[in-house]
Amino acid sequence: MKMISIKKSDWAGAMEKVQKSYRLAGPVKEKKGHTFRELKDGETPDLEYSETRMSVKEVVLPQSEVMFSYSLDENKEGHHILEEVPFDETPRAAVGIRPYDAKAVEILKKNFMTEDYKDPYFERRYENLTLVGMAENNPSPVNFSTSCGTGPFDESCLDIILADAGDSYIGKALTEKGEKFAAAAGFAEGDSGVEAKLAELKEQAEGKIKSKVSFDKIEKMTILDLYEAPFWEEAAFACINCGTCTYACPTCWCFDIQDEVKGKDGVRMRNWDTCMSEVYSVHTTGHDPRHEAWQRTRNRFMHKLKYYLDKYEDGIMCVGCGRCVSQCPVNIDIRKVCQQMNDYEPSK
Amino acid sequence: MRAANPYKPYPVRIDEIITETDDKLLKTFKFVFLNPEDEEKFAYKSGQFAELSIPGQGEIPIGIASSPTEKGFVKFTVFKAGKVTSYLHSMKVGDVMGLRGPLGNWYPWEILEGKNIFIVGGGFAYTTLRSSIKMMIDPANRSKFGTIDVVYGARTPGHLLYLDELNEWGDRDDVNMHITVDGTDDPNWRFHKGFVPQIADKVAPPASDDTYAIVCGPPMMIKFTQPVLDKLGYKHDHIIMSLENRMKCGIGMCGRCNIGKELVCKDGPVFTLEQINKTPREY
Amino acid sequence: MDAYTDKIKEISKKILSEGKVDVVIGFRKGTLGYMSEPYMAKSEKEAENLVFDCNCRMNLVNYVTNRKDKVGIVVKGCDSRNLVTHIIENKIKREQLYIIGVPCTGLADKKALLDLAEGEITSVEDDNETITIKGDGFEKKVAKSDVLQSNCKTCIKRNPVIFDELAGPEVAELEISDRFADVDEVEKMSADERWNFFGELLSECTRCYACRNACPLCYCPTCFVDESRPQWVGKSDNETDVLTYHFLRAFHDAGRCTDCGACEAACPMDIKMRYFTRKTIKDCVEKYGSEAGMELDKRPALDQYKINDPNEFIK
Repeated sequence: MKMISIKKSDWAGAMEKVQKSYRLAGPVKEKKGHTFRELKDGETPDLEYSETRMSVKEVVLPQSEVMFSYSLDENKEGHHILEEVPFDETPRAAVGIRPYDAKAVEILKKNFMTEDYKDPYFERRYENLTLVGMAENNPSPVNFSTSCGTGPFDESCLDIILADAGDSYIGKALTEKGEKFAAAAGFAEGDSGVEAKLAELKEQAEGKIKSKVSFDKIEKMTILDLYEAPFWEEAAFACINCGTCTYACPTCWCFDIQDEVKGKDGVRMRNWDTCMSEVYSVHTTGHDPRHEAWQRTRNRFMHKLKYYLDKYEDGIMCVGCGRCVSQCPVNIDIRKVCQQMNDYEPSK
Repeated sequence: MRAANPYKPYPVRIDEIITETDDKLLKTFKFVFLNPEDEEKFAYKSGQFAELSIPGQGEIPIGIASSPTEKGFVKFTVFKAGKVTSYLHSMKVGDVMGLRGPLGNWYPWEILEGKNIFIVGGGFAYTTLRSSIKMMIDPANRSKFGTIDVVYGARTPGHLLYLDELNEWGDRDDVNMHITVDGTDDPNWRFHKGFVPQIADKVAPPASDDTYAIVCGPPMMIKFTQPVLDKLGYKHDHIIMSLENRMKCGIGMCGRCNIGKELVCKDGPVFTLEQINKTPREY
Repeated sequence: MDAYTDKIKEISKKILSEGKVDVVIGFRKGTLGYMSEPYMAKSEKEAENLVFDCNCRMNLVNYVTNRKDKVGIVVKGCDSRNLVTHIIENKIKREQLYIIGVPCTGLADKKALLDLAEGEITSVEDDNETITIKGDGFEKKVAKSDVLQSNCKTCIKRNPVIFDELAGPEVAELEISDRFADVDEVEKMSADERWNFFGELLSECTRCYACRNACPLCYCPTCFVDESRPQWVGKSDNETDVLTYHFLRAFHDAGRCTDCGACEAACPMDIKMRYFTRKTIKDCVEKYGSEAGMELDKRPALDQYKINDPNEFIK
């Protein structure tokens, strides 16, 4: 494992250098604050940020992505036959993502790379991607990542971890991918003090997180007990069924597939979808298994906090980033819902 | 090398279109693979479904109506309802489109071999049941199963699918066909009159460890058939059902078809009633 | 504001206990100091949870659409105008409602509060003049007028137009000069400038539809963006489709929009989509002399026909 120490004044230069062999995505300061997005040549990921409204999800699962193209022109050979679209194989790196957002990518992987099927769009983006994390010294008040099996300094899902140590960023290359990236960026090697400093910063940062959730009892309840619990209608009353939480969530993976045609040229594409929307689950007959707005809200929380838990037996489908909490227009708070679920005592 | 893209349909040509019902809302489409080697890749079992894929329109999940014993084509019977199916109904023989699959699980033939089979079907959900019967009564397979009883009903004779075949099977003595309609004024009607659950009650083979019921049909039919089977002593792990939900990807990734933690497209569409009893009935 | 809260609780308990209503729709305290949560109280006990303050940014008329029961509802001036429109458009009957009116001195802009905070906000207090932001190790007082939501700065009706009981004494209406200064700016732009301006405005839109879903006017059973037969709009993040969504939604709400600001308050990306709706308000005021939802017997501007309507355009 290689230690890294890079002076902040050298950061932009290193990023310029690395862009010769990598396409980068990262936090960029814009008018309304920091956005996490694909960087243009010469743009530097700005590590001096507190939060980005959107997560690294966009990098592995873009909001809209063309899957196939085709022609409807019967005079053309191969008309009505779907063709794969080209994919840029240049290595990519997401630089400056939060460690718990990297954990979210692993959660997405469970859905998109299964024993039975590999989603080729996710797979090639995932394999091509180096995750360069920026630890969070000052987690936001709505951050509860340490309750979710991750945290502001979680190294488990990253290729490189960096942390702010005043004048410099210190860190570690954690994987082979990470070492390659560090070499390409020309990161200076850190001394033996780095490890201790990281541990110190980690302890401080984790200590600042006051927000907690528990799901130990949710694990032991049956799906039907929780599903039929009496609190859902009230918990979901305020929900306006917009897609805010699902789009901001780094682990919400649902998508829709659509054909779009212009003239005789068409594409099949996929777009983020949201289980909050009625068109998500309504049958052609008009029958909707989750017709009532509150039933859709229940499904989202049940998916994240129970169905996923039971299906993969590896924690909840949430990394505690707090985006949904701070962005929800009506202040529905997953921490409160999780508590309600965990405290529930089914009457036998 | 990367595995084949599971979203990429096999190109197929429409080889034959048969209008099945008097109201013309159900048509059977026979597809032939443009690349003959794709047929082998599409190896399927009765109970599975596929995405019919029409460039420019989209995809629609439909149960496979042909039997794995039928070679050279794949057959689907499609109800005209939404955007994609309406467009499909306007297509003609020779048109090129796509077929993606086979998808989902199947009726559990590994368990069903050597058992008595009681099939209960209604309306246009009969398609994968048709596939199953056709497969079981194939000379190569018939000896693998015990008795085969079928109750199949529709609103009127004009709503029954595959009528010629039903007549033919009705004459066989290795399968007991109990065809029924809710009502008819045809004086020459040779089969039952009455709702599926009532007929099922009369003709069901006795429940036993060796007898499985496969139930597929509209919600009302299922709702009233279950108490009949309960009364007859069928255990819930011996009642097999096929569910439908809105789907897109068909491979368990896009999320929308879930009932509890199960995804109808990948963990199903076939479930035992015992499994369904443990999950929210969001279908 | 505590006086409002107390009065709302008192009225709610009374109408619930007397059986005048089955439920009261109001707000309860949020889990975040600068937020509130729409809430439905079904009993006197639950009515104890009701609150009202400058963090109550949602328009509760959104929650009464097509309800069949008897409903108590908490409304500000703008919301009450939406209630009028709802009644006119048969979305709820006047007889079903017990309207608790809040004479309103404006809502606090969420972003402004967060920008002022020096850490986690634990509470935001509002005495109609001053806002006190309290948090982990800090306390800040600001004039309410400095942190108002932008729609509240050009509010034409702070007192409810329709109510059964008020939660406090009526407040003075604002004197506004230059009500549509923001729209005028956009009108002055050249077509190209305007196109770029709109593009920039919407560049971060994710089509989460929080603006639509927070809007009491947007009650179509199937919104045109969700329609598949025919499909009017693409569903991707394509710029034209995003623009189409916002433009059409604004036009669809023309003559009915009360500028309650719920759309902007709901937007997770801070998009100022009221530039569109306000243009329609301005046109309705200037061309038809019509303000939405002011009177129960006056239909929205684009929803009425008079034999002497100017009709040169039909020729």
